[in-house]
This record gives sequence, structure tokens and C-alpha cells, in this order.
Amino acid sequence: MDLVNPVRDFVIENFLFGESGDFSEDTSFIDSGIIDSTGILELVAFLEETYNLNVEDDELLPENFNSLSEISRFLKSKISEKPE
Amino acid sequence: MCTGTLVHGNSSFTLLSEFKSMCAIAGILNIKADKPIDIPTLGRMVEVQRHRGPDETGMYVDDRIGLGHARLSIIDLSSGIQPIHNRDKTIWIVYNGEAFNYPELRKDLIRKGHSFYTETDTEVVLHLYEEEGISCLEKLNGQFAFAIWDLRKGQLFLARDRVGIHPLHYCLRKGQLLFASEIKGLFAHQDLEKAIDPEALDQIFTFWTTLPGKTFFKGVHEVPAGHYLLVKDGNVTLRKYWDHHFEPEAVGSDEEIVQKTLDLIQDAARIRLRADVPVGSYLSGGLDSSGLTALVRRHFTNHLHTFGIGFEEKTFDESRYQKELVEFLQVDHSALNATNAQICASFEKALWHCEKPLLRTAPVPLFLLSELVRKSGFKVVLTGEGADEVFGGYNIFREAKVRSFWAKEPASVSRPLLLRKLYPYIFGDNRLHGTAASFFGQGLTDLDDPFYSHRIRWKNTSRAKDFFSEEMRRGLRGYDCLEELRGVLPERFSEWDILSKAQYLETKLFMETYLLSSQGDRMAMANSVEVRPPYLDHRVVELAGRLPSHWKIRALKEKYILKKSFAKRLPDNIINRSKQPYRAPIRNTLMQYQDSRLKENLDQAALEKSGFFDAKKVAFLVKKMEKAPRVSETDEMAITGIFSTQIIAGQFTGSGRGEMSTPSPPDLFIDHRSKPSSEKRETR
Repeated sequence: MDLVNPVRDFVIENFLFGESGDFSEDTSFIDSGIIDSTGILELVAFLEETYNLNVEDDELLPENFNSLSEISRFLKSKISEKPE
Repeated sequence: MCTGTLVHGNSSFTLLSEFKSMCAIAGILNIKADKPIDIPTLGRMVEVQRHRGPDETGMYVDDRIGLGHARLSIIDLSSGIQPIHNRDKTIWIVYNGEAFNYPELRKDLIRKGHSFYTETDTEVVLHLYEEEGISCLEKLNGQFAFAIWDLRKGQLFLARDRVGIHPLHYCLRKGQLLFASEIKGLFAHQDLEKAIDPEALDQIFTFWTTLPGKTFFKGVHEVPAGHYLLVKDGNVTLRKYWDHHFEPEAVGSDEEIVQKTLDLIQDAARIRLRADVPVGSYLSGGLDSSGLTALVRRHFTNHLHTFGIGFEEKTFDESRYQKELVEFLQVDHSALNATNAQICASFEKALWHCEKPLLRTAPVPLFLLSELVRKSGFKVVLTGEGADEVFGGYNIFREAKVRSFWAKEPASVSRPLLLRKLYPYIFGDNRLHGTAASFFGQGLTDLDDPFYSHRIRWKNTSRAKDFFSEEMRRGLRGYDCLEELRGVLPERFSEWDILSKAQYLETKLFMETYLLSSQGDRMAMANSVEVRPPYLDHRVVELAGRLPSHWKIRALKEKYILKKSFAKRLPDNIINRSKQPYRAPIRNTLMQYQDSRLKENLDQAALEKSGFFDAKKVAFLVKKMEKAPRVSETDEMAITGIFSTQIIAGQFTGSGRGEMSTPSPPDLFIDHRSKPSSEKRETR
């Protein structure tokens, strides 16, 4: 299973309310209006809980969380940093 | 002409016994039709609005028109009943509201030879019309909606005050024009189509409200603020007589401007204390109502009663500031502690009075507050409404200023940090800083965009439209409410600076069609209480329109001139505290409906029946509202908008609140019909 699949499902259920439509890996959450200024915290809380990781304040940047592909990249780097 | 003085302590209010305020009007006019006026229908149109005027009703009928009126009489029932006529009974008026400067107008009219058979401001307005025609509107200082039937000209003249404090609706059907204070008055006409206008729903899910002149219902129009409607020779003409203007002038030194502002606000309050009963004041704990209360307390009475809202949910609560002010100003105060259960329980009743869907629950505590006012024996209250629009108090104004400053250096990291001062709950959270800057950076350099100040807010609100059903989208046929708004902007709008443009948009949309209606007149009149906002005296509004923008927002200090004006009259912490927007809880109130009304209205069958929303998507939203640890502001706006649309559709177009008791015969009936009776009759 693709690492980012649970995130896709979460976004579709909680921000797109079941309608995936044109939503793709590269859809910008902010430009397309999927997520508002505070909605990002809903997403981060989900990531921390699902992937058992901690997102630092200075990592909370648009370039890490503005699309599925960016989140995927971010998750991979976070997981690779994790001690075994 | 004053008939008494009501003494409070060692000061006094002028008691004007014939100054009638709370009323409803209604009427039926044959424009092209030639049929008898349906008197029972006119009776029902008045009856359904009796909350605005519960005490007595009056009616005038001739071959072309029927005028109806419901009145709340306070003192001297004998002579103020409407409709009221001129000396030779060729002009008739039904009137809701106040002309606060009527004593002065009356004296002037008497000098010109007019005589009066009542002491009412209504009769003064009628005679002013007789003297000056339609331009009488320029001389009125007040809040009003009225209908004048001029038999000499065969002309109906419907008018509304400059900023739209009291409502007035109309529709055309089968060669007739129907009008009423509230839409429910029109809908009391049995064969009027009652259908929701998809474009209006689109507007509400963008602007929180409908555009001026529009209502939630197809074919039902509102006379916009500052407009009048003339019906003559089969033609119906809507004209504007007043609008907000922003033309900065050299207005004088600091001291002169402060003094002029204070003098005008004080005089605006003075004439709004002209009442037949003691006048109370709303006290929120913010600058506007506090400054106003301080002025009234100091100059006009030493015994003032104030009313304020507190909340069970402390995030929304300003009680501690209210308590501090009560002590400082030495006023009697009644506080409402709005619980989530109360807000939930009154939501549907409030909607019945709003007559349009809400994206917020904020009107409901104001409905509860007016109930408290009424139970406390008050019928009139001053409010601080309008000061934020007139003097530049809202964050959206400061946001536009910061963004335009940031736009000069779009790559700057420090410039967007100024937004922290406006939205500490977003920018104060380090975790949100990066994404929040991207959010507010949208369209950053589009400084020529007429909607520069509001586009982000509207885009955010528009996310609620994602819940529209396919059927609803098809019905809209690509309708663009922003384009419609663009088409009605004033000619010189593009020449104004960013603050003035933002003020105009906020005033015409948010204030006129939401604040003064859904949070103003409707919530107060639901309990037969009248609100009077001195900051919306047209002299105050016009002065502020002539002030250069830096007198409104200096650096990032909002309402600069008002703060300076009240500096020695209020505690420093009230002057300097950040503005707390008035809001009410949503999730914890509406979700109390969980087991009953919310589910009943938002289940698949109910949603598919009404057809506005996608039932599957709404089910996801309801699930999120039930279970998610946190929900966003847009989720809350969406659930409120969907729920309230469903409720109003049921109340107005379904079988929800259609039932109505048979009206009792009017207390005054003036029958000027040529048939069937050839006699003119007046019965009481």
C-alpha cells in the first residue's frame, strides 16, 4: 500500500466530504481551497497519530504539507530519520 | 408638543407620547389589475407580523389599494392609530419607524400652514411629503419604512431609511404590487408562489447574506437601503436617494475633528433618546457601546439601564469587561448568560424571524437578549451598531492594509508577520505561521481587484458551496454572484483607496443585509423591541466619509478617531483592548440537536426532498462534526448554512409555519371603496 493512501482517504473524507473528483497527488490544498488556514492542524494531528511521529514547528511549512506528493516526500524523510 | 417628562433621578428623558415606534406595514395595490382589494388577505398579511405591533391594527381600503398597519401603542391609544391622512384625506400613510427630528420638522410645517390631528411623527412625515414630495426623504433623520398613497397623483411611494434599519419587501403578481415589512407578510397572500431562489442561496454561501435588494425567495424583493419605489401609471420605478461616499477632505486639526465627532455622536444619541418610554442601552464591553453609554450617562441621564450578553463558552464571553464598565459608568445592568442549550433551543425561532439562512449562530443570543430587554420592561435600546463600519473597526480592513503593504515586497518574511496583530490565534501559533502566510498571500499583488479586501474571506466561505447538489448547481447555470456585485458598485468606487472600498463592501453587504437585519431589527422586533444605532445617524456616517483613511486606521490602530474621542471617558484598558469580534458557539450548540432536529433535517430523505444539498457529502460533514477532535470555521459555517436552509425551506415553503390564526377585525377600518357601498365608512 502506498504510504500516503491513509492521508488521501483522510483528506477525501474530512475535507472533500467523499468527493474525490479531480483531486490528485499534486493538487494544492491552499490554492484549491481544500484546506483553510487552520485546517492544516487537523491534517498534522492525523499524521502524527497515524504515523507515530512528531511534526516540529519549523517543519510546518507549505512546502511540506500543501499536496499529497509533498506530504509523501515529507513522511518518507521523517520515517527514514526514525531510530530503529 | 411634548406631553410630559419622565423623570429618572435628577435628569430626564423627553416623553413624546405620540412617538410610535414598533410597527408593521402591509399593502396590496392594483397596478394593472382591476379587482376588489381582498380585505381578508390584507388582514392576514398584517396578522402574521403582529410581533412587530401587537396592540392594534388599522386598515385603509379604496378601489385601487389596501393599506394595513399593526402598531404597538405605548401611551394614548386614542389618536395615533394608522393609517393616517392629510387634511383633505387625499394622502394616506402607513409607517414603521422613527423620524427623530420630527419635532423640528413639525414646527417648520406649522409655520408653513400645516395643521395636525395627532402628535405623531407619522403625520409629520405625511405632511412633509405633501409639502416637498419625494425629496422629503432628504430632510428625515431616522430609521423608517413607509408607504404613502397619494390619491391626487394616483401614486404609491414606498421608502426605506438611508442605511436600512427597518425592513420593507415587495413583489409583483398578476397586475398587483404587494408590500410588507417582513416577507412572511407577503407570504400570507394565499396564492403567492413560495420558492427558494438558488442565486440567493449562492450569495448567502459566499457573502453570508443576500445582495441588497435580493431576498432568499424567488420574486420577492427588498427595497434596498437609501432607496424608494414609485408606482404610478402602471410603472414601477426603484430609485436610489442616498449612498455611502468616501471623499476625503481637509477636515481640520486633531482637536477639531475629535470635537466634531463627539458632538455629532452625542447629538445623534440625544435625538434617539426621544421616546415614549425609558430607553436602555446594549453594553457589549467593547469600545462602541461603552463610549455611547458613557456619553448618554454623562449628558442625558444619571439612571441608565444596560443589557449585555455573556456566554457559557468562555472563548466568546466578554462579561468581565461589561462588569468593569457597569462599575465605572454606574449603570443598572441586566446580563444574559447564553448557554449552548438556550442557543440551540431558540435557533429555529430566530430563523423564522431572520427569513434567510445563517452561516453563524450569532443572531440567536441577540434574540434571547431582546427577550430579556422586553421582560425588564424596556422597549427601546440604543446600540453601538455601525461604528465598526463607519470608523474602520474590523480586522478585514486592517488585513487589507497589511496585505497591500506586504504586496510592495511580496518576498518579505517580516511584513506578513504584521498579521499576527490581527489574528493572534492563527499567527500566534508557530505551527500555523508558514501555512497562514500562504493563505493570506493569495492574490497578494492584485491591488486593482475591487474585492481585494474581501476575496479571501468570500473564497473561504464559498467552500460551503461544495455541498450544493448537482440539481442546485444546474439551477445556477454558471451564475457568478461576484460579477453581479461588481455590476452594482458605485461609479467612483475604483477611485477610492483600499480602506474605503473595503468599508463600502462591508457596509453594503455585511451591515445592511445581515447585521442590521439578522442581528438587528429582526432579533429585536421578534420580542417587540426597537434598536436605535446612533453611529448610523447619517450626519455621523457622512462626516466619517469625509475623513481621510488615516483618521480611521492609524498604523494598525483601528477606529483611531473614536478611540481618541472617548479617551478621557472610558478606562484605558477598554480603549486599548483588541477588538473581540462578536460571535457565538456553533458546534456545541447545533450538535445538541443531534438526536432530533439536525438529524431529521439533514438525513438523506430530507436532503433529497429539498434538493439543495448533496446528501452523501452532508453525511460526511455531520460525521465529522460528531467525531473529529477539531473542525474548521468553514465546516461550522457549512453545517449552519445547510441546517438553516433546510429549516427555512420547511418554515416558508413547506408546511412548517404556514398555519395562521384568523385575524381579528381591525381596530380602525377606513372604507373608501366606491362599491359595493357608496358611503365612505370609518369604523373603530
